[in-house]
Amino acid sequence: MKDDHRWLDEPRNVDRVVRGLYILCALMFLADLLYAKHPFFDFENLFGFYALFGFIGSVTLVLAAKQLRRVLMRREDYYEEPERTDDDG
Amino acid sequence: MTVNPALLLIAGALPIPLLTGRARAAWMMLLPVAAMAALWTLPEGVHGGFGMLGLRLEPLRVDALARIFATAFLVAAFISMIYALHLRDRMQQAVIPVYASSAVGGALAGDLITMFVFWELAGLSSVFLIWARRTERSYRAGMRYLAAQVVSGLLMLGGIVLHVQSGAGLEFGFIGANEPGGLLILLAAGIKCAFPVLHAWLKDTYPEATAVGTVALSAFTTKFAVYVLARGFPGTGALVWVGVVMACFPIFYAVIENDLRRVLAYSMINQLGFMVAAIGVGGTLGVNGAAAHAFADILFKGLLFMSMGAVLLRTGTTKGSELGGLYKSMPQTMVLCVIGAASISAFPLFSGFATKSIIMEAVAEEHRTAVWLLLLFASAGVFHHAGIKIPFFAFFAHDQGHRVAEAPLNMRLAMGLAAAGSIAIGVAPNLLYGLLPYEMDYSAYTTPHVVNQVQLLLLASMAFTVLMRTGLYPAEIPSVNLDADVIYRRLLPRAWRTGLHGVTLMRDEVAKPLQRRAGRVSTAASRPFRARGWLGVPWSTDLMVLWVALVLGLILLISLL
Repeated sequence: MKDDHRWLDEPRNVDRVVRGLYILCALMFLADLLYAKHPFFDFENLFGFYALFGFIGSVTLVLAAKQLRRVLMRREDYYEEPERTDDDG
Repeated sequence: MTVNPALLLIAGALPIPLLTGRARAAWMMLLPVAAMAALWTLPEGVHGGFGMLGLRLEPLRVDALARIFATAFLVAAFISMIYALHLRDRMQQAVIPVYASSAVGGALAGDLITMFVFWELAGLSSVFLIWARRTERSYRAGMRYLAAQVVSGLLMLGGIVLHVQSGAGLEFGFIGANEPGGLLILLAAGIKCAFPVLHAWLKDTYPEATAVGTVALSAFTTKFAVYVLARGFPGTGALVWVGVVMACFPIFYAVIENDLRRVLAYSMINQLGFMVAAIGVGGTLGVNGAAAHAFADILFKGLLFMSMGAVLLRTGTTKGSELGGLYKSMPQTMVLCVIGAASISAFPLFSGFATKSIIMEAVAEEHRTAVWLLLLFASAGVFHHAGIKIPFFAFFAHDQGHRVAEAPLNMRLAMGLAAAGSIAIGVAPNLLYGLLPYEMDYSAYTTPHVVNQVQLLLLASMAFTVLMRTGLYPAEIPSVNLDADVIYRRLLPRAWRTGLHGVTLMRDEVAKPLQRRAGRVSTAASRPFRARGWLGVPWSTDLMVLWVALVLGLILLISLL
């Protein structure tokens, strides 16, 4: 099909999107300079606390989950044979 | 005249199988609207209470807490009915209003007996939405689902009996976990609310229902349980940590789960965790936060399940390893799914932002630092698996070549309604805040809060991007992951088989030789008495006389002593 090739299929364009995201993230990180915090907890005063927490928390989550696969992952038919149905609705 | 909206729904479900074509569609859409009108014309208070066997029954009680939950359930019923319009399977279409009525009726129940009746009805009616898939696999899943629901029902009944016996009366108000009855009720609610370890039925069976069924399932049972907790157990301290565990552990599973509807089931437990923690904190903000978040969750989780249901309908699968590139064929579903993803992730201007923040505020005001940090971690985590993973692996990632039609019009309409609701709550949270059980002075839209939330989410998405591009992100692999359901799907059946095997072994190795030996001993012992044994042969008369004389003499001797 002709319409199969979209703007996002071009790796160059994906790079552009990613670069845009990185710039946005950097700007948001610096946004801490612009407003006064009214924190409940002292550690919220740390510069860029939420940004750092979001990044580190997510990386930790994914890498830890990946390690969990060693213990938890089983074959797809571990409990029962997978069934294919096309009559869903 | 007062009409119980729940009974209206049940009565209205009866004609659905008999109607056809547009009349049926119109009836299905009208029914929840009529029930909603009935609900909102009811003034607050108890309607038509009566005494029975010395107990006071109040089947219809309206107050602010009941009303917001009942409203949410009716909105969910309306959206699910529209989502089900394309079906030719009238069984599912008739079951949905009955199932919805159980949650509505439970929310409006003023006494524990009425609540229990609807509690049971919720389980019994909804199992048909799993069986409606009509496969062996879904039949077994339905049985597992039913077992969990029935156990919860039994615990609930036992709890109510003990609770009433302790002299607390039948009124469905604050129950508390201080007496055995209250504990059992808490446990019953804990099963339906997917407390840790008790949660396995949810992630096991919800993804086995039909495309439509899972949408309806996602709205009612668990939120009914949240309502029971909010009504009966606000401020129960232990619930805070239960909620934290619920919010945190499923996100690890969600990252490595392949079936995207199962990912959503895990993220559902995660969202329930926020509500349970809020109820544990209690107070105005806690209960308000739980109620508001339950309302928002019904919309955005329904929306996400609907988008995956549409994908399932069109492609026949929701496995991440088999999907990708669907934005080309289903762009509208993709946009609607992203709105759901943004709502659950609590992006500013979407519903989760306005509701989850009440919960965070409630926890922060109590200065529960560890709880707050873990819930913040869970917030970043939910963005990861529900906010990014679901839309990314279904609609983007590697194009798997699915060239399918866009979702049916009724599905897009239902998703559109849920999306509109989610955005409305996000943009104008006061619409929802006005319905909450308690007056509160709270605003989600402060500069630090908006900026901090965007920082958290954007940097979390950057983490995803970095991990994706460096290849560290765990690939989607066809697999199952061991969870608590391994206990009843593997360990218990295996223990049973081992037990049976052991019994057989005992019989062969111990019982049979023993029997043989006992047989030999009894043969040996009975030998003297048999025909040729030394006691059995005919004795001569003189020997007999001798023995008789001896025995008599002995008796004489003993009696003289």
